[in-house]
Amino acid sequence: MSVVALLGPFGDAIDFVLHERESVSGGVQVGGLGEIGRFAALHLILSAVAIAAAIAVALPAGLYLGHKGRGEFLAIGVSNVGRAVPSLALLAFFLAYLGIGFTNVAVVLFLLAVPPILTNAYVGVRQVDPDAVDAARGMGMTDAQLIRKVRLPLALPTIFAGIRLAAVSVIATATIAPLANVQTLGEPIISPQIYGGAGQLGAAIVVALITLAADAGIGFLQRAVTPKGLKLAEGSQPRRRRLSVALPTRRERTT
Amino acid sequence: MSRALSRTMGAVIAAVLLAVALAACGGGSEPEPTSTGASSGSADEPIEANPANEGKSITFGSKNFTEQFILGEIYSQALEAGGFDVTKELNLGSEQIAYKALQDGDVDAYPEYTSTSLTNFFGLEPDEVPIDPVEAYDLTREEYAAEDITALPQGKFDNTYVVASTNEMAAELGDPTTITDLAENPEADELTIAGFPECRQRPDCLLGLEDTYGWTPEFVSNEGKFEPLDNGQTDLGFVFATDGELSLGDYTAYEDDADLFPPYYISVGIRNDALEEIGPEGQEIIERVQAPLTEDVMRELNARVDLDKQEPEQVASDYLSESGFVQ
Repeated sequence: MSVVALLGPFGDAIDFVLHERESVSGGVQVGGLGEIGRFAALHLILSAVAIAAAIAVALPAGLYLGHKGRGEFLAIGVSNVGRAVPSLALLAFFLAYLGIGFTNVAVVLFLLAVPPILTNAYVGVRQVDPDAVDAARGMGMTDAQLIRKVRLPLALPTIFAGIRLAAVSVIATATIAPLANVQTLGEPIISPQIYGGAGQLGAAIVVALITLAADAGIGFLQRAVTPKGLKLAEGSQPRRRRLSVALPTRRERTT
Repeated sequence: MSRALSRTMGAVIAAVLLAVALAACGGGSEPEPTSTGASSGSADEPIEANPANEGKSITFGSKNFTEQFILGEIYSQALEAGGFDVTKELNLGSEQIAYKALQDGDVDAYPEYTSTSLTNFFGLEPDEVPIDPVEAYDLTREEYAAEDITALPQGKFDNTYVVASTNEMAAELGDPTTITDLAENPEADELTIAGFPECRQRPDCLLGLEDTYGWTPEFVSNEGKFEPLDNGQTDLGFVFATDGELSLGDYTAYEDDADLFPPYYISVGIRNDALEEIGPEGQEIIERVQAPLTEDVMRELNARVDLDKQEPEQVASDYLSESGFVQ
């Protein structure tokens, strides 16, 4: 109790997540692990569906366009425009076509996740050392082999950076879902009249934790799929100069 | 699309009727109030700028949605017309922020709805709010007084929750007129009802339908109040009594015959020091421009902003001149 009191509003918010209480406007019990757990589960499912779909579409597209060196406009221009449209506006826009519900929000979040994944896949593949590509071609690799065995592995860090970016924005934005009848962790955030400041902050803390966990999880996945050879290569790379200012060489000093 | 069209049609019809009415009046004895319907003869004479008010300043606030913007503009422009020095802070956000600004003196006055004050500021639960508007106002006034704030007399319109549907849906349901009729529909519990997310857990919203009417429709939380009705995604919706869309004639509102929804009448909360500064003359201006605002008029004004896309500032100044307060 004293620890909770010390934490002030944060303590109250954590208490909201752990124990249910009467709503601010009365009449119902809100909060507690049961309700927050239900919100969090739906939040996760919704985010996972959106991110998985975005990876399935944007990753192959980005790899292909990057490999061909074509469609830079498509990969970067169009996806930047997509990023500029607010998700809330999309939610309202799709209402007429997709109705209210899971599909609507999932599509909105999918569109939010596509740009970083597409752009990073494209850029990642483009920046692969051309010598490595030439060497692979010289060995007689087909296009498919070249993408799979050379470009994709070398582009992995950039690709994963895109997926992480997408995951973080999708999980944060999934809080708007209650506006389309999907009860995610956005519910306590959108309705402070019911859940109070503690509910708002409590749900926000849980969203932040999920985001961190997802980021860590994707990082773990990245390490798991990176070929052993690349990991070794990273480890054996000569260390960069430790000082940011280059020391003059002896010859420079004498002249 | 159809809404914009029917609205244009409505405006045309209103204009024709108005022209006929004016022609019938003949020799233009008195300036007739126009289509705001603010015709209840309340605007006896225009507001005169009193030179004595020069230098008496007031900061007027409002929350951040259409009706509040319009009201804030109406009060501010009227006080300006009376010669007061008015600063507008018309985008304060939610009631929590607006009330804090009022308590701290960042604004001197802003209009709030009686039940909103009672439940959000003074700790009443929605079912403790008096259902009688006068009692609710008296209680609000009492509670504000303890904060050195005066709740000026309340207006005429009640911006409470309303259960509504499209006219087509009403016909399909056998033309019910009250919520009791809806609840007695053999398929009442299969009906879907749209509402803002927090409605799901509010005793004076969805929970109240069960407690008061024994009715448990399927709730669909969403943002757009009328879109789900228009698109046929829900059968019914919780909307607000003064929503501009209700002026279109496309929707049916069902009477809250068992008094579930508490009264939401507007009352300007003004800091006592500011009230002293603007004096009885300033207070009279506020009450006078508020007097013609019935639910119909407020809907029309909201419609001009939400549906016709006019600026609240313009709509407020049109209202003041159409009602004869300003020439």
